[in-house]
Amino acid sequence: MSKYYQPEIETASVEELRAIQNEKLVKQVKHVYENVEYYRNLMDEKGVKPEDIKSVDDLHKLPFLTKADLRDAYPYGLLGTDLKNCVRIQSTSGTTGRRVVAFYTQADVDLWEECCARAIVAVGGTNEDVCQVAYGYGLFTGGPGLNGGSHKVGCLTLPMSSGNTERQIQFMRDLHSTIICCTPSYAAYIGETLKEMGLTPDDIDLKAGIFGAEPWTEEMRRDIEKSLGIKAYDIYGLTETSGPGVSFECEEQTGMHINEDHFLAEIIDPETGEVLPEGSKGELVFTSLDKEAFPLLRYRTRDICVLSRKKCSCGRTLIKMTKPMGRSDDMLIIRGVNVFPSQIETVLLKEGYSANYLIEVDRANNTDTLDVSVELTPDQFSDTVKDLAAKEKALANAIKTMLGINPKVHLVAPKTITRSEGKAVRVIDKRKLHD
Amino acid sequence: MSVKQISVFIENKKGKLAEATRFIADHNINLRALSIADTQDFGILRIICDDPKMADAALKDGGYITTVTDVLAAAISDTPGSLASILEVLSDANVVVEYTYAFNSSKAGAYMIFRVDDNQVAAAALAGAGIKTANQEDLF
Repeated sequence: MSKYYQPEIETASVEELRAIQNEKLVKQVKHVYENVEYYRNLMDEKGVKPEDIKSVDDLHKLPFLTKADLRDAYPYGLLGTDLKNCVRIQSTSGTTGRRVVAFYTQADVDLWEECCARAIVAVGGTNEDVCQVAYGYGLFTGGPGLNGGSHKVGCLTLPMSSGNTERQIQFMRDLHSTIICCTPSYAAYIGETLKEMGLTPDDIDLKAGIFGAEPWTEEMRRDIEKSLGIKAYDIYGLTETSGPGVSFECEEQTGMHINEDHFLAEIIDPETGEVLPEGSKGELVFTSLDKEAFPLLRYRTRDICVLSRKKCSCGRTLIKMTKPMGRSDDMLIIRGVNVFPSQIETVLLKEGYSANYLIEVDRANNTDTLDVSVELTPDQFSDTVKDLAAKEKALANAIKTMLGINPKVHLVAPKTITRSEGKAVRVIDKRKLHD
Repeated sequence: MSVKQISVFIENKKGKLAEATRFIADHNINLRALSIADTQDFGILRIICDDPKMADAALKDGGYITTVTDVLAAAISDTPGSLASILEVLSDANVVVEYTYAFNSSKAGAYMIFRVDDNQVAAAALAGAGIKTANQEDLF
């Protein structure tokens, strides 16, 4: 089997790729203008007509889409085709307004799964492999995306979903899994559990892992590689564009190749919106070139990274992006879940607390931790520890319900949360991601 | 028959208790009894003092979170088993005790402070067993 899933694309010359992109872009802009009223209005406001877009060189003329647009257009406003042509939705975990619901036609699902298939082949996957998918299944794109990719490659697919780690290891041993797909923090946890069970990497057959959906460091990569006896590869994607597989790492492990025949990437200055030349650090923007149901043009990911077309030893010519180095908004990714501080604030206010709070994110034993400190108000105070402990627990539960992750809640005295210019410092992210 | 207890929220951090007690001293509040309940994050300082109204206002003014609770002060004799007897009386009356601590003054003698779920029932039960409970004035 080839070391590429679609060599004609993955190793195409830059000119060939550009020709594909030009043709698809012109068609896609027309499709969106005709079918998506919301975006048509944005184009009209900017005075851009579909015929103004003749090639990728004209891309900068198009208006941006942001998460705020997705919120305004929720749920159907950005739909590019009749609902009867759609076969699937996937969604982020956010609450209404923050939640992204993406629609897929069968062709959209196929192209997404092909992207994931490229990622699996890039780590050495073939139809002789056993691919254990330990990403969550359901609305989250991780499980369904890699599951579909694994099918396309012809791997024997183990749709484990996440959790029940001892059972994961049991299946891994009994069915000789060779590839594992999950979040990096879960991979690290599986590694620890393996050790706790008295096993070593020699007791399993894994050779590669595809890990994404949350930020992770080179240090974590080395830890995971050692604890599971594998090579660990990064994968990137977002629900807005389809899910994992927008870009993927190859054997060189020096950044992720973007499937740019489907997702056209730009780097912009997050302040001015100006397009920056290759090699500049800035905000990543994606244009879906051939998605039918949810065809986002110039979607601002808020992820900060660098693009490079430097020759890659794997032979792929697809442009590479670095791991995201940060965000141009205040979104945090905690255990694979997108978290906006405002979501936590909403819960606090609803539960009768003040808006003076501090969110601290850290990483302990390769797992993200979330601590929320909030100033107690006089009417919430009680003379018994029991009452206050119950309040902490109730608040932790309310946050868990909102975000799907368990925080540690700390009640603190009034005016103890540091304020800068009168405003509370709300987020401290202690995870060291730039090692 | 009850006395006023002031509870103060204190963060479980170095120096916070010293800070609060210094504040109390600087405001000429004379502590008669004190107990601290603590968790990993916070503590509750509970105090009995001669002028709870003034003390509570001063603490609030100083930015502390406080609450005033009516608690029972039961006279206790200096003999083995006297605390057990009081608790048995309360237990027999189905009174739930949240916490208790000791109080001693040269003028009034020894008392145990009880925070219970129902002061009236508890006071009546203690009176029935011949155990004296104090009012604020009795203690100072």
